[in-house]
Amino acid sequence: MVKVNMTVNGKAASGDVEGRTLLVQFLRENLHLTGTHVGCDTSQCGACVVHVNGTAVKACSMLAAEAEGVEVLTIEGVANADGSLNTVQQAFQDHHGLQCGFCTPGMVMTATALLKENPNPTEAEIRDYLEGNICRCTGYHNIVKAIMAAAGQDVSRIAAE
Amino acid sequence: MYNFELVRPTTIADAASALGHEGAQALGGGQTLLPTMKQRLASPETLVSLTAITEMQGVCMSDDGHLCIGGATPHALVAREAVAHYPALAGLASHIGDPAVRNRGTIGGSLANNDPSACYPSAALGSGAVIITNTRKIAADDYFQGMFTTALNEGEIITEVRFPIPEKANYQKFEQPASRFALVGVFVAKYADGVRVAVTGASEEGVFRWTEAEAALSKSFTADALNGLTLPADGMIGDLHGSKAYRAHLVGVMTKRAVAAAA
Repeated sequence: MVKVNMTVNGKAASGDVEGRTLLVQFLRENLHLTGTHVGCDTSQCGACVVHVNGTAVKACSMLAAEAEGVEVLTIEGVANADGSLNTVQQAFQDHHGLQCGFCTPGMVMTATALLKENPNPTEAEIRDYLEGNICRCTGYHNIVKAIMAAAGQDVSRIAAE
Repeated sequence: MYNFELVRPTTIADAASALGHEGAQALGGGQTLLPTMKQRLASPETLVSLTAITEMQGVCMSDDGHLCIGGATPHALVAREAVAHYPALAGLASHIGDPAVRNRGTIGGSLANNDPSACYPSAALGSGAVIITNTRKIAADDYFQGMFTTALNEGEIITEVRFPIPEKANYQKFEQPASRFALVGVFVAKYADGVRVAVTGASEEGVFRWTEAEAALSKSFTADALNGLTLPADGMIGDLHGSKAYRAHLVGVMTKRAVAAAA
């Protein structure tokens, strides 16, 4: 076991981990931050996306011990300071960008990373950026719409499908 | 995944020393190795992470005009920082996997693994790059030795990859949509002394140079110069995503597209 220290959602976090402990296991099992989901565990589905030092990574494909000293942002840390939903979260609610909700934490984290890199993405750019996030319910349409809305685009003419 | 000891050296010398022990294995970004270990297809006793070695990170231009990329540089950084110097290479890096994979996966990891459908091997071979390790320099033409096989010795670390900048180049990937790997990918680069064409995803022997196409394109760098040139289906990968004949045909199509798009 080795001791690992990192900052998670602005707070210092530490714990003892095995070499094989994945970042997502550390977040869920040590810190009890279960908003980050494990979908496939093979780095395909994107349900476990968190931000490490500001960039999106799949927490199932990074070792906890490799996160020594980094800053991690999870879905639990993205809401506004007063606890209300942030722009991306609110847009997912307003535009029904989820059905079962299992993929949603990863979708929100990926969407947030996209909007940081590209504040005004086209629909095609959004769909391309979501390649690593799988949703089995929505057909992606309302997720894309929510992200366009979060970017401040007028989505009133886009019909729900 | 079986348990292992993780070590995180901060210098190449310390990493080389750690890799000298039996049962040790280098870990780049882990986007292939960790899934492989989860399936218990690999079970190293020690993983030597290369991600904390700052001297293996980053993109720069050398004095003699080569683009130098540190072995532990993630794809996303190459996509951003190589764009001004070598846009075709940056374009290739920007379409590997997905955004989260690109933030972790490294050029050294990709080249060391030499997956027959990975993108980077075609750029290295198509550019005549030099693979620099902790002990020597290896020309790309000598480096790739078949599917998942390279000239690297046990414990040898790719510290840097050096790309000569072509006059024009382009990479065209026909993507396998589930894995985002290349069903067929073709990297075309035009240099003053000739054209290089490297093909990934197609052959059972891994990345290869299509020398007939190189000869034709060195005479005339146009898609039409490839008319009538074909590759035999024999030796191509055939699987549920595409037959051998389909891949052989795609190589021609993607090469033409790369020539037409080269800039």
